[in-house]
Amino acid sequence: MSGMSADPAQALPAVMSPLSGQMLELDEDDDLEVFSKDMNLMDGSPMNASMPTSPASMINQYKFEEETDAKDIFVTVDNPESHVTALETFITYRVVTKTTRSEFDSCEYEVRRRYQDFLWLKERLEEGHPTLIMHPLPEKFVMKGMVERFNDDFIETRQKALHKFLNRVADHPILSCHEDFKIFLTAQAWELTSHKKQGPGFLSRMGDTVRAVAASVRGVRNRPEEFTAMLEYVDSFGQKMISLDKVTQRIVKEQKEYLGELKEYGPVYTLWSGSEEELVEPLKGVASCIDRCCKATEEQIGHLSENLVPLLHEYVLCTDSVKAVLRRRDNIQAESEAKNDALANRKADREALKDSKDLGFVLGSFLGKKPEEAKQQKEQRLDSEINELKEEVERLEDKVECANNALKGDWLRWQGNMRSDIKAAFVSTAEKNVDYYEKCLAVWESFLTSQTAAHDMESNSGHSS
Amino acid sequence: MTSEKESRVPIMAEGSCLLRKMEISVAEAEKRTGKNAVNMQETYTVYLIETRPADSVTEGHNPVPDSLWRRYSEFELLRNYLLVTYPFIVIPPLPEKRAEFVWHKLSADNMDPDFVERRRIGLENFLLRVASHPVLSSDKIFFLFLTEENGWKEAVFETGFLAKSDSRLKALNATFRVKNPDKRFSELKHYSDELQSVTSQLLRVRARVADRLYGVYKVHGNYGRVFSEWSAIEKEMGDGLQSAGHHMDAYAASVDDILEEEEHYADQLKEYLFYAEAVKAVCRKHELLQYELETASQDLASKKQQQEELAAGTVRTFSFKGMTSKLFGQETPEQREAKLKVLEEQIKEGEEELQKEFVKNAWKDIERFKEQKDHDLREALMSYAVMQISMCKKGIQVWTNAKECFSKM
Repeated sequence: MSGMSADPAQALPAVMSPLSGQMLELDEDDDLEVFSKDMNLMDGSPMNASMPTSPASMINQYKFEEETDAKDIFVTVDNPESHVTALETFITYRVVTKTTRSEFDSCEYEVRRRYQDFLWLKERLEEGHPTLIMHPLPEKFVMKGMVERFNDDFIETRQKALHKFLNRVADHPILSCHEDFKIFLTAQAWELTSHKKQGPGFLSRMGDTVRAVAASVRGVRNRPEEFTAMLEYVDSFGQKMISLDKVTQRIVKEQKEYLGELKEYGPVYTLWSGSEEELVEPLKGVASCIDRCCKATEEQIGHLSENLVPLLHEYVLCTDSVKAVLRRRDNIQAESEAKNDALANRKADREALKDSKDLGFVLGSFLGKKPEEAKQQKEQRLDSEINELKEEVERLEDKVECANNALKGDWLRWQGNMRSDIKAAFVSTAEKNVDYYEKCLAVWESFLTSQTAAHDMESNSGHSS
Repeated sequence: MTSEKESRVPIMAEGSCLLRKMEISVAEAEKRTGKNAVNMQETYTVYLIETRPADSVTEGHNPVPDSLWRRYSEFELLRNYLLVTYPFIVIPPLPEKRAEFVWHKLSADNMDPDFVERRRIGLENFLLRVASHPVLSSDKIFFLFLTEENGWKEAVFETGFLAKSDSRLKALNATFRVKNPDKRFSELKHYSDELQSVTSQLLRVRARVADRLYGVYKVHGNYGRVFSEWSAIEKEMGDGLQSAGHHMDAYAASVDDILEEEEHYADQLKEYLFYAEAVKAVCRKHELLQYELETASQDLASKKQQQEELAAGTVRTFSFKGMTSKLFGQETPEQREAKLKVLEEQIKEGEEELQKEFVKNAWKDIERFKEQKDHDLREALMSYAVMQISMCKKGIQVWTNAKECFSKM
């Protein structure tokens, strides 16, 4: 893609955000076909050899089509419900989809899904698009303290996170077209279960895992500079998110303790007013002001806990996601490099054969083969291996290029989302704090006004002072 | 709201003489070292008292005020003298000897400059209160305290006030044994107890609230640090983060001034916590006098009874002779009659003293005190509201600025 700079952190003139009309490159009509449901590229099992006709169209797949301002799919997650079976208890969430996309048979769907189903969807999407950056799922468990799985706050936080996850998928031009996403949104419970079973078998998944582990052990040799820069950035960024998460939780803790003391403070003024005569009104007034400030403080704490805290936590999880994406990209490159090495080895063997340096066929002559025949057989064998390897290498090199392009494109998208998420969260927090102080200000100002008025009335009626 | 100092000036009672004639201030504090009574080296603080005629400045020139140095123990001596000499007056309290009701930031060290400064203000307040009091302001010893550096101590002791002071034991005894306490004084004592209890509770809770508030503000300073570090790796968000970080630092720092101001409010509450003790002292004096009166009446009553018994010829089981000689000595009935009359008169005089001098004057001062207290505490509550308003306004400003920075990210 033209216009991509080497440094991923360097901004392009326009900020990428899901709903903006910004685009990287305007594609022509032939690319629109890429998004029809018939062409499921990079979907399902990697063993699938049905590859597109040319590398060029594969690369083009990852250019973003112009994003229109109007969203054509809306997803909500709500309405948690508890289910009890003989074996277990679990929560399901209602997932409502409204869409005008043609690949959907209807324009409205309502299904119930449990956390496991979301996990399955994420894994399928990751398999299909290993180097696209997805918003993280909420954690499986919460390690802090004794949080019950069915604690109301926990369920609400999880629900909001699941909602955000699905929406980010729905907003993604590539991920939202994945077949499994559609199934997730539309299939009835039994349909989903049977579809899950149809997926790539256990053995093929094992094969992937083995290859991935082998690749990660091998390591990548020549990682392009821009991806190293991404890794360094994500590392630093992750540390900042962890720090901010900690700081914000500490603020919530301190606020709660402050509130605790404040709640004991007001009543002392009320108690005092019981022994006074002239001072009853001002003392009760102060007590009432403090009580109202308590309420405002409670609201502020709630807002912080429900907005900034979960958001920062999400971005701590995000950095893990992004690091995983970078690792997968590395593994794809490592795999390709390994294949290249294998090809080079075979070619060297072939060369060695030409120079008759290979004495293996001598052995073959002991087994009753004519030396010339043995040599020819070996030559043929090597040639066919080399041809196979050449095809593999080409395939893998294309795979690497696709993966890199996918990542580069999605990196900007992720950065844009990150900026707008963080900005929104902090702006909202600042707004709430202003609101909190404005509320308290009004409370104390009205007290002061009423006291001054009362005092004026008193002095006018010829009272003391 | 007018300046702090003005809001703390006590209301001028009618006929307050000294303050009209003289400007008084405790201008400075200094550390000194010297040998104390047991010849040991000690460090203490002295305070500079400045005085000058009230009209001297208005004439357009600024004459140098007269001044002398006094230490805290001399203020205490003055106050003890006033307590004994004017037992029917609610004597203004001194600022606390040691820092109490502290929250973690303030040190409880008497040498801490903030504590010394607040004590300086408290001592000045004490002098102004005495100088504006209708009765106390005309006291000679008080005048000498302000004007005579040397020889003042001798003058105080020459008044013999120490001999006049009631022992605590006597006072405690009276509290328990008085039979007909004056209802007004009982209620006043009860009120003083409540005032002491509630103001000390208030001071304690306020200190805890201040401590927590400090924590909340200071933690925000961490945002400043992290934002600053983070801005280094961001291109587009860098500027916004950096400037937001500055505002977070400013927010964290602002709490110091806020809480320093609140200390003045706490000092105002403390003054009335200590005033409550002074009111109780007046009540105790009343109880003592009441008790003495009741004891004297009791003596008179039993002597009368004796006389009747003598006259009626009633015999008691114990030694008749022994008792009469104890009570009346070897006297003639006429002498006894005369002695009885004298006793009666003395009791009547005592009653008059109690009724007229003490109760009247005490009650007059108590009314004055009540008005002063209502006025001062009302002002204090309002100034507390003003502080809260100021704190809220600062908060609004900081977060509005921060919001702008975040919006630009």
